[in-house]
Amino acid sequence: MTKKVIYSMNTAYRGEYTIYGYTFGNGEESACIVGAMRGNEFQQLYICSLLSKKLYELEGKGSVVSGKKILLIPSLNYSSFNVGKKYWISDNSDINRAFPGNPEGQATSRIAAAVLNQVSGYAYGIQFASFYMEGDFIPHVRMMETGKQSTSLANQFGMPYVLTAELRSYDKSTLNYNWQIRGTEAFSVYSGATETIDEESAQNAVSSVLRFLTRMGIIRYNCHAGYISTILDEEELLNIKSEKASGFFRKLVRPGTEVKRGEIIANIVNPMTGEIADDIYAPTDGIIFYTQNSPMVYQNTILFKIIRRLHN
Amino acid sequence: MIETVVSADMLIEEVVKVKKNHLAPDFPSGKEKRLSIVSGLHGDEVAGQYICYELIRRIKMQFEKLKGIVDVYPFINPMGLEAQSRVIPVFDTDMNTLFPGSEEGTFGEYTAARVLQDIKGSDICIDIHSSSVYLKEIPQVRINEDVADILIPYAARMNMDVIWVHPSSTVMAGSLVHSLNEAGVKAMVVESGVALKIDYEYANRIVDGIFCLMSDMGIWDEPVEDSCISKIARDSDVAFVNAESSGIFIPAVSHSARIGKGDVIGQIVNVLTGSVEETIYSPRAGIVFSLREYPVIEEGSLVARIFGGTDD
Ligand SMILES: [Zn+2]
Repeated sequence: MTKKVIYSMNTAYRGEYTIYGYTFGNGEESACIVGAMRGNEFQQLYICSLLSKKLYELEGKGSVVSGKKILLIPSLNYSSFNVGKKYWISDNSDINRAFPGNPEGQATSRIAAAVLNQVSGYAYGIQFASFYMEGDFIPHVRMMETGKQSTSLANQFGMPYVLTAELRSYDKSTLNYNWQIRGTEAFSVYSGATETIDEESAQNAVSSVLRFLTRMGIIRYNCHAGYISTILDEEELLNIKSEKASGFFRKLVRPGTEVKRGEIIANIVNPMTGEIADDIYAPTDGIIFYTQNSPMVYQNTILFKIIRRLHN
Repeated sequence: MIETVVSADMLIEEVVKVKKNHLAPDFPSGKEKRLSIVSGLHGDEVAGQYICYELIRRIKMQFEKLKGIVDVYPFINPMGLEAQSRVIPVFDTDMNTLFPGSEEGTFGEYTAARVLQDIKGSDICIDIHSSSVYLKEIPQVRINEDVADILIPYAARMNMDVIWVHPSSTVMAGSLVHSLNEAGVKAMVVESGVALKIDYEYANRIVDGIFCLMSDMGIWDEPVEDSCISKIARDSDVAFVNAESSGIFIPAVSHSARIGKGDVIGQIVNVLTGSVEETIYSPRAGIVFSLREYPVIEEGSLVARIFGGTDD
């Protein structure tokens, strides 16, 4: 394991702020893994810490295939963790909206440019991402439809689902998009939680990455076969919202729960009276893919995303 | 006539409401032109609050001159204004990245979709911003390159010092103005001053500019002269000046003043040692188009933009 400086900059009160990367093995740039880009991505950082330890052990045993190099960058933005902010400490900008970046621009733009420069050229890129809404997911690999994405490669993670997503307006300023445009096969891995640690899904995320690296011939590691991934277009997920009322969100199902059409899957509870303000019904047979995890919700918030069950 | 464009119950008891004032002649012919004025997308920018007030007040004073429709939407992010938050409180999202939004989306996207739908059909829309807490801006219209030829004749009547043709985030994909232009509404951003403050001189000039435009459109039955000829700024006309050190910025120039090439813009000082870390010089002759307002600086912070000739 070699520690290297990815980017370093001067700050007013924190001294020098340095982003570190850790390399395992030597030779061709085979796989690069990027962890937390936002200051609330505790799960993503935790997965990186587990992965770092594991890769160090594998390297020690000679299990990184010779001539292959892996780069791990656990956090681009640890100052935001330190001050309890989601976005960049000084100006609230989001590093994952600053790519490809500008080495002469503002801090997040400089970080994006430096990181992209260091991670370009790797054959495979893996990012532990978080969703723009708080909540819990079925673990999955997400790929943007840049025209360069490969779902058959994404299957090699052995995660339950591979989600393909149409480009949204802001996607062009993300790491994943710019990575793909520069020729790296890039994947975003969503492990379930963000602001809390989910030990089981963190371990599963580590296994998925190790499985992928093994199947790509970068490490030697005995791993379970994992899932045969179901490929799903993000558009196929059905949003269920709190259309009628706000209040406490009492959810009756979890990600992965199978639901029947017409089943009550959550109650919205009036905080003053304790009365049920609204029952939320499953509009279709299906599997819960995403659940909101806030204790209370606004009206018109997305509470669930459901995978429609296809009847033959 | 005051109308609610979109509303949603917040967590407990209160309701967030986006409203508009629909000003129209008492006996419309059905062929009136329609101008929409929007502000308060960013909750820390308050200049638009005064501008909307003053515009409505002046229209009501001479209501008989109103020959078209003026729809005023003063607060698109009302809870941001209440909570002094640039982004949507609770959701922590910049409202001006969510357009065109979605009826199926979560609160912010849903609100964006409804607001966009309501403004569609306007001939022209002006989205009023007042910078951020970091920079003070000269009064300007901002438009994106792809619609510059169409918009410049209208922007030129807005009584502003500069029309900046630049891919600013307020006119790029995800912004209200971008979605409106795609929907065939001529839409532009007015930017001036600094967040959290109202510069009444700038604000009154913007109101005068809106009357110029209304007069041109046949909405206001009185000739109105603009008092200022806008200069058009292309990207090569504007130099960005970023700090290469950290500390506290002490300006040596006034905002909107003339500056010569090599003149001192300001210094970055170390508050602990009492020493000067960096003296920042102007890379070209021109006017101080933007000047750092918030004094705490990190490496990369934008200190000034200079509008003038080229660097040599
Ligand atoms: Zn703004």
